[in-house]
Amino acid sequence: MTELEQYADSIEQLARRLGLDYYDVDFEVAPASLMTEIAVYGLPVRMPHWSFGVRYIHQLVRQSMGHSKIFEVMFPGDPCRAFLMDGNSLADNTLVTAHVLGHADFAKNNELFARFHAMAGGNIVEHAAAHAQRIQQAIDSFGLEKVEAVLDAALALESHVDVGGELHRARYAEFAPERKAARQTDFQKRFGQLPGTPEPLQQEPGPVRAAIPPHPEFDLLWFIAHYAPELEQWERDIFLAVRAESLYFYPVFACQIMNEGWASYWHARLLREADFLPQPLYVAALKSHSDVVRPYAAGQETALAINPYHLGFTLWEHVVDKHGMARAREVMHEEDDFGFIRNFLDRELADKLDLFVYEASSGDEIKVLNRDLDAIREAILAPKFNYGAPRVAVTELRNDGSLDLKHEHASDGRGLDLNRAKRVLDYTRRVWRRPVRLHTVNERGESHELAA
Amino acid sequence: MIRIAAETPWYELFSRGARDWLRHNQKVREAVKGSLPEILSGDDLLSAPGGNRTVMVPVKFLEHARFRLAEAASQQGAGQGRGEPGDVLQPGRQEGERAAQSGGTENGEIRFVVEMKLDEIIDWVWEELKLPDLKPKRTSTMDEPDYVREGWDRRGARSRLDRRRTMKEAVKRRAIQENPVAIVNEDLRFRQLVKRPTPSTNAAVMFALDVSGSMDEAQRKLAKQFFFFALQGIRRQYAKVETVFLAHAAQAWEFEEREFFQASSSGGTVSSCVFQLGLEVMRTRYDPGRYNVYFFYASDGENAAEDREPAAAALKSLAELTNYAGYVETGGIATFRPRETQLAEMFHELQAAGMPVGMSPLGSQDDVWRAIREFFKERAADD
Repeated sequence: MTELEQYADSIEQLARRLGLDYYDVDFEVAPASLMTEIAVYGLPVRMPHWSFGVRYIHQLVRQSMGHSKIFEVMFPGDPCRAFLMDGNSLADNTLVTAHVLGHADFAKNNELFARFHAMAGGNIVEHAAAHAQRIQQAIDSFGLEKVEAVLDAALALESHVDVGGELHRARYAEFAPERKAARQTDFQKRFGQLPGTPEPLQQEPGPVRAAIPPHPEFDLLWFIAHYAPELEQWERDIFLAVRAESLYFYPVFACQIMNEGWASYWHARLLREADFLPQPLYVAALKSHSDVVRPYAAGQETALAINPYHLGFTLWEHVVDKHGMARAREVMHEEDDFGFIRNFLDRELADKLDLFVYEASSGDEIKVLNRDLDAIREAILAPKFNYGAPRVAVTELRNDGSLDLKHEHASDGRGLDLNRAKRVLDYTRRVWRRPVRLHTVNERGESHELAA
Repeated sequence: MIRIAAETPWYELFSRGARDWLRHNQKVREAVKGSLPEILSGDDLLSAPGGNRTVMVPVKFLEHARFRLAEAASQQGAGQGRGEPGDVLQPGRQEGERAAQSGGTENGEIRFVVEMKLDEIIDWVWEELKLPDLKPKRTSTMDEPDYVREGWDRRGARSRLDRRRTMKEAVKRRAIQENPVAIVNEDLRFRQLVKRPTPSTNAAVMFALDVSGSMDEAQRKLAKQFFFFALQGIRRQYAKVETVFLAHAAQAWEFEEREFFQASSSGGTVSSCVFQLGLEVMRTRYDPGRYNVYFFYASDGENAAEDREPAAAALKSLAELTNYAGYVETGGIATFRPRETQLAEMFHELQAAGMPVGMSPLGSQDDVWRAIREFFKERAADD
């Protein structure tokens, strides 16, 4: 047994004693190159696409400039899979082990995570690898260009899934609910026709085909997979694969502050109570901890982005102090970041953390706007609405097979970036194989239609 | 139970990030095709020797588009630290500063450079425009006798001994002889040469440019791009291509390529002098009997009125000798003209008379392609 394994075992026993409840964790020590790729792809084995190549280079550049350091990656499931970086010190990796246990506890008990787990089973990592393999087979049989066209469309719409919906969702009911023929009153019966004429034939209205979609449909990936007029089976497969992975990423996205905060709270606590760790190692690990949860970059007094580790960590300490661990576990079970921030980021904490709302104008001037609590909460949460994407819905599948999309600009506050939207339509059109239209507003707020 | 797996070495076998990065670069190359003319405007593109020349093309990363909200006039965010409402954390930049910055990289955007082979680029262009290959003239005067290997003989110069063939003969002989000798004189075989006429594969390309005051910088740049692609098209076909650069205003000079595009002259336009100079060059250096001569001329089309007759005559004799004479008229589409220019008229007359000449307007970047397509299509049709 290596030293790390010994510490990991003891930390785990401590964690169970302190009430953490999680599926087994498979740790793997991986080289830096793999860690970088996992950070880029979001999964250890995932479908190929050129856009990942761009992110990969950006990540390499950031790492080489020292702006980004990867400590761990953890994939919820049963068992959870965690990757430790082989270049990190023993102290770092001990800290990371404790941190991962916090994540594992969160992933098993948080409602959003548990819901996906129930729908998809605990082995999405294997599923994703299988998706990647099927896509590779598709590339072999249909050619890279064709598969890439499908991936261009599917990945561009990645965030456009119904996060509250089912993973395996049935098609719409084909027929509208049957309408009963209006009941005739005695009066109508008597005077509806002339005396002596034969009884009119009772006409059954019969089933009426429902409009598609029956309501604005925001799950674009699902809709295209099921209703595109000429989609091949393998293309549908790709769309559904991207959708499954997107649904898997959603809890991580929606609970980032809570989840990272919870893991940071637990790694700090586990290390504090781990009397079996040698003192120098504990000190080194503590140093790493304070690097992770610090609010500002070194030497600065303000930050224009809030470090989710720091915010989450502080919030959880606050909750545990104020309401006790039992209540904290309840909160962890029930909330996502929206509820967590709105219910538990209070005035006292906002003051303690020096939170503010700033405004960046087009002249690049940045100034502090206010320290209003509600404004702070909403500013933190704003990038998280609707999976971080504009609200775009399918409104109509026309008789000629063309597709109408509508951007809900009123709730998003402004129109779409027309240039990019046009390109997304171009991607979509290649898969939909019929005209695609999108209604939004332009920069002057006038109604605007894009078509491809 | 925490299991710490042993390191699994397959990760090192291939990098998925690198694979997708290479695919991205491949797509970039394809995207670059679309903007070739702007890329190819270096100083010595035309006369630099062929072969493995490359150009460095600065490119941006491709962006995989997603739905995104339009840029707002001002953005709000949550921050942390000291500061009272109203405090300015970062002063706005002055207009001048912004302009200076936008010349560099915007938003810390990373740019990179791809190296592209020129030949590869030219092949793309030909594929894209679906251009046919040029054919050399097939007149008898074009034929240039050459020695070609053909057959074997028992006698010959030692240097042309065919060892392989000789050994075969020896083997055959030994197979039917008793107590054979290793090699005898009768086994020897020598390669024979015969005289064969072959079509000439030399080409000379003359570029003539009007450098009178009426040709502005943009027009010259277009002419240069056109010249470049015309030359590349000819290079694709001929083993050896020589270039001549002629510029003229009221009189004509020959230049090195480097100075050629810088040359400028005030004064009027007398086209006949450059046609004469072209004839002179052919007479002294590129005998049309041995060279496939191409003549390309770029001008804004305004020639001195009194030069009409001499120019027409000189152009006619030039067109008779060259494989092809092409004329591009710069500014042709962009500016309003009440009538055809004098030079355009002259070329049209020759074209109507069935001479191998062509003309095309050159007003914008796209016209470069149009002109290339026009000239090379016509050449194929002629043959």
